[in-house]
Amino acid sequence: MDKARLATALGAPSGFGQSQFALTRGNAFEAKVKADGGAELLRLVHARLDPGAEAPAGAAVPDLTAHGPEGRTARTALALREAVRAGGWTLLDHPMLALDVAGSLAFLEPDAVVVHPDGGWSVVEIKSFPMVDGSADPAKVGAAARQAAVYVLALEEVAARLDPVPRVHHRVLLVCPRDFSNLPTGSAVDVRKQRAVTARQLARLTRVEEIAGALPEGTCFAPDRSAEELTAAVEAVPATYAPECLAACELAFHCRERARAAGAVTRLGRPLRAELGGLATVGEVLAAAHGETGDPDDPAVAALRRAAALRAEALRSADEAAALRAEALRAAGRAPSPRAEAGEVSACP
Amino acid sequence: MTTVDFDPGAAAGRATDAILHDTLHGTERGVVVDSPPGAGKSTLVVRAALELADAGRPLMVVAQTNAQVDDLVLRLAEKNPELPVGRLHSSDADAYNKALDDLPQVRTSAKAADLSGLPVVLSTAAKWAHVKVDEPWRHAIVDEAYQMRSDSLLAVAGLFERALFVGDPGQLDPFAIVGSEQWAGLSYDPSASAVTTLLAHNPDLPQHRLPVSWRLPASAAPLVSNAFYPYTPFRSGTSHGDRRLGFAVPSDGSGPDRVIDEAAESGWGLLELPARHTPRTDPEAVRAVATVVRRLLDRGGAATSERSSAPTPLTADRVAVGTAHRDQAAAVRAALAELGVRDVTVDTANRLQGREYDVTVVLHPLSGRPDATAFHLETGRLCVLASRHRHACIVVCRAGVTDLLDDYPSTEPVQLGTLVKFPDGWEANHAVLAHLAEHRIPWSP
Amino acid sequence: MSLITTLARLEAVGSGRAQPAATVRHRHLSDRPLVFVPLTTAGETGAPLGALVGTDRDAPRLLAVPQPRDRDLRFAFLADLADIVLPYVDAYAASVEAAERTETDPETGKRVKVEAELCADAPQLIVPSRAGLDFVRLLGRSMRFRRTAEQDPDAPYPAPPRVPLLGRWLTHYGERSRVPGSSLLLALTEVLSRHWATGQSGLEDQHLGALLAWIDPPDGLTGAEAARRAELERDPAGQLLCPPAGPATDPAFDNKLLAPAIERYDRARTALAAAEDPLEADDRLAALTAAERDVRDLVASRTRPTWDAVWRGLDLLRALPAGAQVEGRWTRDRWSFTGHRDRVLAGEPPQPRRDDAVTAANKLATREREQGRLEAQEALDDPLVMAGRRLTGEAFAGEVTDVVPAYSEGKRPSPRPLVTVRTDDRPHLAERAKVYRSLNGRPQSAEYVGCEGDGVLVVRILDKMGRGKEPEPGSVPEKGDRVCFTLFEHEQRGGAKLPDPEETPWTHGGPPGEPAPEAPDTVTEEDVL
Repeated sequence: MDKARLATALGAPSGFGQSQFALTRGNAFEAKVKADGGAELLRLVHARLDPGAEAPAGAAVPDLTAHGPEGRTARTALALREAVRAGGWTLLDHPMLALDVAGSLAFLEPDAVVVHPDGGWSVVEIKSFPMVDGSADPAKVGAAARQAAVYVLALEEVAARLDPVPRVHHRVLLVCPRDFSNLPTGSAVDVRKQRAVTARQLARLTRVEEIAGALPEGTCFAPDRSAEELTAAVEAVPATYAPECLAACELAFHCRERARAAGAVTRLGRPLRAELGGLATVGEVLAAAHGETGDPDDPAVAALRRAAALRAEALRSADEAAALRAEALRAAGRAPSPRAEAGEVSACP
Repeated sequence: MTTVDFDPGAAAGRATDAILHDTLHGTERGVVVDSPPGAGKSTLVVRAALELADAGRPLMVVAQTNAQVDDLVLRLAEKNPELPVGRLHSSDADAYNKALDDLPQVRTSAKAADLSGLPVVLSTAAKWAHVKVDEPWRHAIVDEAYQMRSDSLLAVAGLFERALFVGDPGQLDPFAIVGSEQWAGLSYDPSASAVTTLLAHNPDLPQHRLPVSWRLPASAAPLVSNAFYPYTPFRSGTSHGDRRLGFAVPSDGSGPDRVIDEAAESGWGLLELPARHTPRTDPEAVRAVATVVRRLLDRGGAATSERSSAPTPLTADRVAVGTAHRDQAAAVRAALAELGVRDVTVDTANRLQGREYDVTVVLHPLSGRPDATAFHLETGRLCVLASRHRHACIVVCRAGVTDLLDDYPSTEPVQLGTLVKFPDGWEANHAVLAHLAEHRIPWSP
Repeated sequence: MSLITTLARLEAVGSGRAQPAATVRHRHLSDRPLVFVPLTTAGETGAPLGALVGTDRDAPRLLAVPQPRDRDLRFAFLADLADIVLPYVDAYAASVEAAERTETDPETGKRVKVEAELCADAPQLIVPSRAGLDFVRLLGRSMRFRRTAEQDPDAPYPAPPRVPLLGRWLTHYGERSRVPGSSLLLALTEVLSRHWATGQSGLEDQHLGALLAWIDPPDGLTGAEAARRAELERDPAGQLLCPPAGPATDPAFDNKLLAPAIERYDRARTALAAAEDPLEADDRLAALTAAERDVRDLVASRTRPTWDAVWRGLDLLRALPAGAQVEGRWTRDRWSFTGHRDRVLAGEPPQPRRDDAVTAANKLATREREQGRLEAQEALDDPLVMAGRRLTGEAFAGEVTDVVPAYSEGKRPSPRPLVTVRTDDRPHLAERAKVYRSLNGRPQSAEYVGCEGDGVLVVRILDKMGRGKEPEPGSVPEKGDRVCFTLFEHEQRGGAKLPDPEETPWTHGGPPGEPAPEAPDTVTEEDVL
């Protein structure tokens, strides 16, 4: 489903899209990392994940082309088995893996999987954000680790079908440009946590059919429908908007408008609700704070009223102070100017 | 479950002997001991201190809070009333427990020079940081080393030649009140735990583990071990049937009484209130906690354990309430006072660290919350709350926390080069809730 | 977020306008700040595309890189930037006043006062947003290890002379901005959202246009409407009317406008290089100049709205009176500036890539102390901030209803009067908890004695009453006075002194040894800044 087109059709287009500069640079970097039969990539895997193994000269790079995702998945599984049997280093460039997500098969394409001489498997992620002095944007590394954890789980399913079961490493290799160059550097990332979390999430995921079954008959997300029809269709899917969505989803601006219309307090941030208890809309909160509605014995209501009273008192005293300052300035025969009041700002340039 | 070939006393004894051997006769400058909840950490510290003193090695002891220091001084004095002990304290009023003044062998002072020459001197890391010495101490014991920050160790490490570091890796991590991301991944990240830095620079130091929890009953050790210590498992020192909790007054059929009986029987109880978003001081949940405590005391509880054959009455001082926030603790205290209950400890996880009770009543950190923050998901917080009891732990919680967790999948940022602290808080919360679900009693008045 | 801020945000939603989150200005504003609005190239680390920079709101200097992948053009940009920033810095470095500084005497180990120079004022750098702060650090990092031809005649691709020095200053400013309450380098969105609560989330407040829309919406629009416009409205060609404050650009701008313009520039340059006679070369040079001007115009069109927005934001902030202790914190900033000036003058090497263990711990300790100081000072300077602390039980205010003289025990009894305060606040007071109030700007401490009924608290005053048997006049509150006690201390205690780096203990890796000069970054044929 093309969420960006859908968002535009709904009248709340997103600012998403990728700059062609970033795209060009990212592709060039991955090509550089994988050049010469992946020599640089394998060197990094050897140095960062498996320094005890033999040096990775002359690693096998099997051809993984096949027809359709199912074909490529089967080809990948075969190549993995052969690599274990053959021993030595093997690099799988853009293999294909399958994972059962809520009852339907999802096909995944890691940047690379490496088979070690001892038969163990490692996931390699190539990203175009930089590692400057050995550290990188933690949010981006976190996202890469979660992505790699999914590949690890999918690889474990392939491994489980072999005998003996090869070891899938829980340390993956993240390859990024170093400092301000396009030279690759690598860092091992321990994805045990992300793997455990993803495994539990997959086990708990509501089945996609269940969501589909709850939708009204004839629901359709095709962007050529009218905005009203589309809005109705999108609203039939449960979703909770939070500001974090803005960075992650093309439909966020649409959901934000809906949250605004509903007066939901969470559109100002999820933590906001922490002290509001059962009060979920702006109207409810303000009415409770100003003593118009709400049970005074509810601690959320009581705290809001105290907050409102303290705020009003503080603003009143600040107004009085400002009036006093203005008075003092008039008495001193000067025009009240906020800049002069600050006492240290002479004039605006 | 105690298997035939596992003798907890012997296993713990072997571990302690090895630790003391490395401490007294080893060649390395440091020895690290991981101690799960109730595994006899304080006992070990006191014993090591006495043996080092016996061996004539001047010893300094570093703990993290004044209460911890005072507690160690009292334990040392109890074990060996002959041993002269120095308690170095700050110059604030009430800097130390006045009970120390009654002990003739304990000398207290705010100046390290006044205590020089004493075989053992104890203080907090913060106070030690201000001490200057010409000649370092031969030996140090650093207690609660996992709760000590790396920069705090940096300030005191020049005071000693070698040290025994003891702590519980599963409890709350130290934290900084400002961002420290720029040093994440550095071996000496000042906001990391002292042990992390120590081991990063000295990976070959002997590392030991106390394998037996004497506090946690057989019903609790497996859950706490699996959920919070998956790579360093431990066992209970007692087996099912060694501990019993009984009540003279039978259940009145209410939710609180039923959950008390469930917990007495199985070691765990979950009193589940209807799902609802609430402020932190959820009045219904607070009242439910207070009611459970009141009924625990009213029903004439008696605890039987390996310590004595006669049952011990379950009195107010053997019960504690744990919460995530201070205002929740205050609300529970007020509710207890209304029910006429006094002398029951009510505190936050931070303040309950290192303490032990027969029965604990816990207000679940995520109960009624509309959101799950990193604070509430912190593994250590839940671990502390779920591991303070000798007999039973009763958790009071609103329904719907598993759904809340599903709405807040773990999306933690990752700093390159940092050691992964396992397990993940999100995952550990799910694991504990899954276990508690088997002991669920719905709320009814 | 505290409940009182939450309420302010929701009131902003209700009223359609941002609400005050402070009643005084809590950050220093220079009367001549240097505003820096940079743009970067997507996908290239620290490759600037252009910037508006300067101290005159009506005449910013425009810098642009017509081909960001060209090293020489990037160097030209950085050299130009250095020529603007460094003279601005030097002007402040030259004007000093005499001051005193506390130092540890190396022989006695005692803290002693020494005479020192303190710069009379310091340069202030303003960027639009938090991403701008990160970019300043990144630029600093990318420049400070560069080698000039003078430093190293064999250096491949030597940097223009003053570029490494600019890198050191930007690094210093970037580090200083991590210190709570410091004002040498400010991100305007952060300062504005400290002083106003909008009806949107903190995440959305990072958009300068949307933030200003809430604080000062144009006539006839609510803050929400104006903010939505600022975020999303595009012209018929698909370009945002309010471009992002940078340094990242909008992908639609990159793809539809910038990429074709850079391509034209590349073609014009190739054509010029291939020119075969002077006449042809003249024509082609004109074409190249035009192509270069197109990129400059594009950069100007994306930075000028942000430039104007920054100055508008500064006007709004200047309308607030400065908090009483802002000046004192700025003095610390001046010390920081003076200190770095002295290190540069002393010929010290650039800041290392990574802090050593002792430096890192010292920085963290300083920042934690400054955070505590800032929180206390903001509350004492601003009744609205204090209201938040009162709501959370960390302070209480009320009227004195009774004062009973009392004295300490001992040979020379000192006054320890008991003061009864009636308050509607609910402080979290433990037994014998210390509380503090401000007495002529100095903290006076008291001890909680007990509660005499609902909202009636008794405290015992402990100090600041003079040496006599009776308290000095005015040092004890009187019946009917309004008082405000805090549970937090007003002044920060100094931390313990850490060992010198050369005495780093074994637990932290031992002494780092002689500091080796940091090697310059590896230079490659392409793509290197």
